[in-house]
Amino acid sequence: MEKKRKEGVRSGKKKKIKLSVNGIGYELEIGDKPGEVDYGHTLAHTLRETLNLTGTKVACDHGACGCCTVLMDGKAVLSCMTLTVECDGKNITTIEGLKDNKTGALDPIQQAFIEHSAFQCGYCTPGIIMSAKALLMENPSPSKEEIKEALSGNFCRCISNYQAIDAVITASNRGR
Amino acid sequence: MGDGYRFVGKPIPRNDAGDIVTGKTKFLIDRKMVDMLYGKVKRSPYPHAIIKKVDKKKAFKLKGVKAVLTWEDVPDWKGGTPRYTRVLDRKVRFVGDAVALVAAETEEIAEEALDLIDVEYEILPAVFDMEEALKPDAPQLYEEFPGNIVTPGVPFFGPKSLKEVVMGDVEKGFAEADVITEGTFGYEGIPNPMPPEPPGAIALWEEPNKLTLWVSNQSPYMDKILLWHIMGRKVEIRTFGGPCGGSYGSKQMSWITQCHAALLSRATGRPVKLYMTKEEHLAAFVMRPASRMKARVGMKKDGTVTAIKGTWLIDTGYYSMTTQSQIAVGCGEVQIAVHCDNWDLRPVIVCTNRNASGIVRGFGGQELKCSLLPLISLAMEKLGLDPYEVLKKNFVKPGQGYFWRDGIWYVYRGIDYSKAMDEGAKAFGWKDKWKGWLIPTSINGTKRRGVGVGVHGNADIGEDASEAHVRLFRDGTAMLFSCLSEHGTGQTTNFLKMVAETLKLPLNRVSLSPPDSMVNPYEFGPAGSRGTYSIASAAIRAAEDALKRLFELGAQKLGVSPSDMDTEDGMLFSKHDPEKRIPWIAAMGPDRTVTGYGRFEPDYTLTNCMMTFVEVEVDVETGKVDLISVVNTSDAGKIVDPKGLEGQLNGCLGSAGIDTAIFEETVLDRRTGHILNANMIDYKWRTFSELPEIKNVILETPMESHRFHAVGIGEIATSPGPSAVLMAVSNALGTWIHEYPITPDKVLKALGKIKGGQKEKDRALELGGAR
Repeated sequence: MEKKRKEGVRSGKKKKIKLSVNGIGYELEIGDKPGEVDYGHTLAHTLRETLNLTGTKVACDHGACGCCTVLMDGKAVLSCMTLTVECDGKNITTIEGLKDNKTGALDPIQQAFIEHSAFQCGYCTPGIIMSAKALLMENPSPSKEEIKEALSGNFCRCISNYQAIDAVITASNRGR
Repeated sequence: MGDGYRFVGKPIPRNDAGDIVTGKTKFLIDRKMVDMLYGKVKRSPYPHAIIKKVDKKKAFKLKGVKAVLTWEDVPDWKGGTPRYTRVLDRKVRFVGDAVALVAAETEEIAEEALDLIDVEYEILPAVFDMEEALKPDAPQLYEEFPGNIVTPGVPFFGPKSLKEVVMGDVEKGFAEADVITEGTFGYEGIPNPMPPEPPGAIALWEEPNKLTLWVSNQSPYMDKILLWHIMGRKVEIRTFGGPCGGSYGSKQMSWITQCHAALLSRATGRPVKLYMTKEEHLAAFVMRPASRMKARVGMKKDGTVTAIKGTWLIDTGYYSMTTQSQIAVGCGEVQIAVHCDNWDLRPVIVCTNRNASGIVRGFGGQELKCSLLPLISLAMEKLGLDPYEVLKKNFVKPGQGYFWRDGIWYVYRGIDYSKAMDEGAKAFGWKDKWKGWLIPTSINGTKRRGVGVGVHGNADIGEDASEAHVRLFRDGTAMLFSCLSEHGTGQTTNFLKMVAETLKLPLNRVSLSPPDSMVNPYEFGPAGSRGTYSIASAAIRAAEDALKRLFELGAQKLGVSPSDMDTEDGMLFSKHDPEKRIPWIAAMGPDRTVTGYGRFEPDYTLTNCMMTFVEVEVDVETGKVDLISVVNTSDAGKIVDPKGLEGQLNGCLGSAGIDTAIFEETVLDRRTGHILNANMIDYKWRTFSELPEIKNVILETPMESHRFHAVGIGEIATSPGPSAVLMAVSNALGTWIHEYPITPDKVLKALGKIKGGQKEKDRALELGGAR
């Protein structure tokens, strides 16, 4: 505790980023020390390396595969293409934040993904689920074509695409 | 249906499903160790060069750099078959070859240090084409491989390891033929299976010779075996597996990356995590072998193949670890797919200055089918035969046989797959859609549709050995000890289902040991669809053995004979007098566990089968090929996991499968040796918005495998499709296409709409000219 306070005093001049991740507020200092946010850090890096939220995956690390998809103020964004310094004041939701923390209940999309076995290796699954979440928040009853369009930026090499589409349809039916 | 099973064949969620959908699953890339360093690799910008001098001083001065290693600093660890490829060498052989290794406190520092290493090269001439590489004056990659021909044969497969398909009398066969056709087809797009999680490892070296490795791959136990040989049989190795973010064969081995991490840990005394970036993954990890076949085929009017004679060139890139194995298995698989008494098919493995080929789903057989099935189709075309009928007729039947990878003749004792093929043809509507060779199914303006069919089968469903222990605990629970990672097939849950079924325990009372090579017995791992038969057989036998021991204990307590014992849900009882019953704990006492052992010995007398029908639409104005529908058909004996199977079969499109016939390829600049599309934007992959219709028709004819009568078919899903697409596009266009992938330029060239058409290319190939 002592050490932490001292660091706070020493870095009093440092700029801070305030952001909320899965409902928890974080104040991260800008700098190049462990636990700080470097100007070059992507949101994916901060989530995974600084906040230890490794549910968000990185595969291509340049905006092609959608594995790193998270919600920013309810919209799907690619966290590997978003700098953390741009996230000041934003609300971020990751795959770890979809579950209802009070009841422990899974999000209907997560539940449907389990029922449909809508994954194989599971590496791209968090990104697909987050893209689906953004879709259903905006459009609770999407058509199959709209689902395909919304997930078209998500890579799934095992080809669980068909079962993922069915899972999103199931989740959207339950939400009606 | 009343099969009496509680778990096998039932749509039960995978054990890891909850963790996967909530982000809790820890892939290796998600893991950190206390005191961990990060490793990075400096790679060669030249395809062929000698390292003259390396200056590491500037890199060492960078704060946070803990080790910089070059070929001069490391032991003589060698991989490859034979083991001629040094883990860090004085010579680099492709753009991306490892020149130096760096370990640093952060990934960023390690990366920065790479740029501070100065390397002086003596640039050598390079070769990128198989036929060029075989010419007498071609640049030589290894002293040990004169003429750039890689030594054939696989020591692991035994002294007679299959190197070619030679049997009968081809001249007699050609004399018996009604038609003889000849041609060349090439499957040379060197596509990448491209699993999402890049290859990587975490290593901890402890002096003098202890190595602990955390691996992300299909077969964690085999890394221990392989690395033991590579490291001069002097290092004591322990491996840990875990969830693997996709492999499709490619991560069966990642020995170079694992050795790099181990060397850096050895130099620093700290754990080192080394992960490839996606660019490195696509440019410096393994891809499919390139394959080009020229052959003559003799066929009778009834579709009997009388003779096949040809040469099969395989480009393995800068070295081969498994290409000989892929050739051996591929040569076995062609005999399964195409019955013929007279063969003379001779493969030559060539090394060139590009990134290496390695294991990919389809393992040699897919590469071979992509050329051989079109070659056989030329004969069918001349005779006006329906390819579906010919492929069905020629697929192995009970009582027929084949030389397998070990060079030994096996007599097939499985089922006749004709019924499954018929069901698939019906579901696809083959009889209506097939209009004859080089005739479109329909024409609508500039859009022409065509259909095609391909087939593949693999006797590796019984390959290699597996061992397992099943331990029973007094509280009525059990643990399967089998060294397994979950790489996406869902098999880790399926093995537990089969053990639970055997022990008659609720599924949630059976768990899997951690994938630690120190606590588990030998396990070759899930490859070649072997899990369902081979791995499961060991697990089932271990469960049966454990039960036998438990019954002996229970029988003593109950005063009955062991053969009168049965169990259900953790209770033991007499079959004759079910009132006589006790819980496991009463038989075992408070201070005992009961352990059973099971082993599976390799068995090559069963094979799986996959026939794939496709319909494509080709736009003759733009040259674009669209996949409209796919029907996969097979017989699995017994479906263990219906939804998992569906996913595996839908996987026919991706992971260097069907799409390698349409748009998937690694683009190599054949002047500089650089790969031009080593990223996920320029490397094309199928998206959610472009999915064809897929139907999977799977029958369940009980097979003589194990007590659940099932065999695996996941691995081969990708394999029959590409040649089916080639057939379908050729039919749509009315002219043969000879190369994959069938990108718009190839379509337009074949139609004579742009220059450099197929006929010119054929002539160039025949003259042995460079591309």
